[in-house]
This record gives sequence, structure tokens and C-alpha cells, in this order.
Amino acid sequence: MNIDKKIADDLVANDVTFVTTVPCKQLAGVIEEVEARDDIFHIPSNNENEGMGLCAGAYMGGKRPMIIMQNTAIGVTINTLATLTQFYRMPLPMLISYRGELREPVACQVEMAVHTKALLAQLNIPTYHFHWQKDVEEFDNILKYTFMCNKPVAILTDANFWGGYGDQ
Amino acid sequence: MIRSEILREIAPIIRDHLVVCNIGLPSQELHMIDDQPTNFYMLGTMGLSSSIGLGLALSQPKTVISIDGDGSVLTNLGTLPTIANNVADNYILLIIDNGSYGSTGDQPTYAGKKTSLTAVAKACGCDNVVEVQDKDLGPVLQKAIDGKKMTVIVCKCDSGNIKLPVITMDPVVIRDRFMKAVQA
Repeated sequence: MNIDKKIADDLVANDVTFVTTVPCKQLAGVIEEVEARDDIFHIPSNNENEGMGLCAGAYMGGKRPMIIMQNTAIGVTINTLATLTQFYRMPLPMLISYRGELREPVACQVEMAVHTKALLAQLNIPTYHFHWQKDVEEFDNILKYTFMCNKPVAILTDANFWGGYGDQ
Repeated sequence: MIRSEILREIAPIIRDHLVVCNIGLPSQELHMIDDQPTNFYMLGTMGLSSSIGLGLALSQPKTVISIDGDGSVLTNLGTLPTIANNVADNYILLIIDNGSYGSTGDQPTYAGKKTSLTAVAKACGCDNVVEVQDKDLGPVLQKAIDGKKMTVIVCKCDSGNIKLPVITMDPVVIRDRFMKAVQA
């Protein structure tokens, strides 16, 4: 199974057509796939706060948005999640590269990984963790859930899910 | 002129368009001067008025005016390259540049010192950047709306605030009312 294609297919099937991204090595394939799809508008952001602002505007303009980012962004965006996305009750699926988990080669990434789930829990953000490739089968349901409840929802995707880092 | 005087002057020009208004005093002033369902008031998240407005403009055809401040744009400076590289001709970014953080006690911003947001916007690749003095804003804004070209307006003005109440409208009501106006 090509998980990049599966994710993009599910986005299109759920009418999620406005996608903003802040890159991560693990996310390179899915970002490339999103960029290649004619029925998805891809707008890269310079940071994740800006991306959440773009998504809020797109939602109010009638589009279904999504943000793709790294888990370090949770440290950056807590205020935006609380005072924009949650305060105005807007849906926002967040496909998050969960750096610093099993098969991570960079020690510093672990420093935010140990806080990631605690921060999401503190924010009452529904959180899913994809560790095996088959976990991607839940993605379609998670998108439907997100736009049902009008909340930000986190999908943490670790290195094992993406197939590791090869020889690193 | 101070920001509230500017908002009073442009209220008739912007009232028929979608407006995303910056956090704090700008939203409180616009709410008091001319509350409209087409106004989206930011109650939190300093810096994202331009981003919310751009996302909105890219997602539907109506004209969108983001009212921002120099301090807020400095907070989210990455917005200008994103605006420049994702052209929405129904989008106007109006930066009320009074050289100070008005809502927090008029502390000076760097835009009031050596940094020119007009030059920054141009350097970021924005095609239509207009710097205008407060008293001349009305016709420039009207021309930008009529011209249907994405425009960044930097309106230089005096710092200063008026006393007024906070917005007590529930955020979900603001958002719902605004979305109905977008769809109308």
C-alpha cells in the first residue's frame, strides 16, 4: 500500500480540498502527493500558526481544510489552537509527523516527543497515533469525525508508520 | 488621524465587503462604529488577520479586506511571502501602521522606527503595494476594491486610542453570523 496516495485519496473523498503544509522529512512523500493532486489546493506555510489562520479562513469560505506539520508545531501553536480553532469551534484535521518516537535518529526530537501527547491531552484535542502502516485505514473515519465535531483533531504519525529512515 | 478615526472614515467603503479585523482595539472600534455580519472580529491570536483573510479570499469569490496593524504583521511576518506567492485578486491587506502596539499601551514597534513594511511587502514579492497617509486612505482603498487586483495598503497614521468596551459576542456566534454572510 502507498500510504501517501491513500491519505490523498481519503482527503479528496472527504472533500478536504485546502491543505497547508510545513515540511518534515517524514512528510515529504505526502506533501508531494498533495501538491500533485488537481482537486487539492496546496498552500505551503512559513509556520504553523500562519497555516492555522489560513485554514480558519478557508473553512469560513466554505472549504474543508487540513494542516500537515511536525509535532514540534504543537509547542508553537497552542495559543492559536485555543483562541482561534477551538474558541470559534472550527474543524481542523492535523496530520502530524511524530518525530522523536521509535526509529528516530535525532536525539533532540525526543525532547518535544515526550511532551506531545501530554500537550494534546491538556488541550482536550482528540488524538490518534499511527504506528503501523495498516493504521492509515482509520484516516477516512478520522476525517469524518473531525468535520462532525468541529474540533482540531491530531493524527500523530511516527517513523515506523512512514517506514523508518533507512540506513540512518 | 488615529486608527478609530480612520475606521470611521472607511466604514461606508468596507461595509459591503467581507472584513477580517485584527484582535484588540481595532475589532472593538469597528464593532462599535459599524457592526456588520460581514465583519469577522478576532478575539485572540494576534498576527493572523492577514492569514485568515487570505485563506478566505482563496476559498470563495467575494472581496476580502483584512484589517491588520503594523505590530501584528511584524508578529507574523511570514504572511507576506505567502500572500505574494498565492495571489488572490479579491484580497486586500490593509495595514494600519501607527508605529505602535496600540492595544497594549502604545509601546513603539520597529515599523515606527527603521523598518518599512511597505519595503518589506515589496521585497517579499507583493505586486501591488501602496503606502498612503491616513487622510488619503479612502479613495486608495476604494480603487483597490474596484481594481480587483490583490493589494497591500500600508496606511501611515498617528498612534492613539479611544476608550471603548470589549466585544462580548460569543465567538461561535461571530463565526456563524460571518459564515452566513459569506454564503449570502
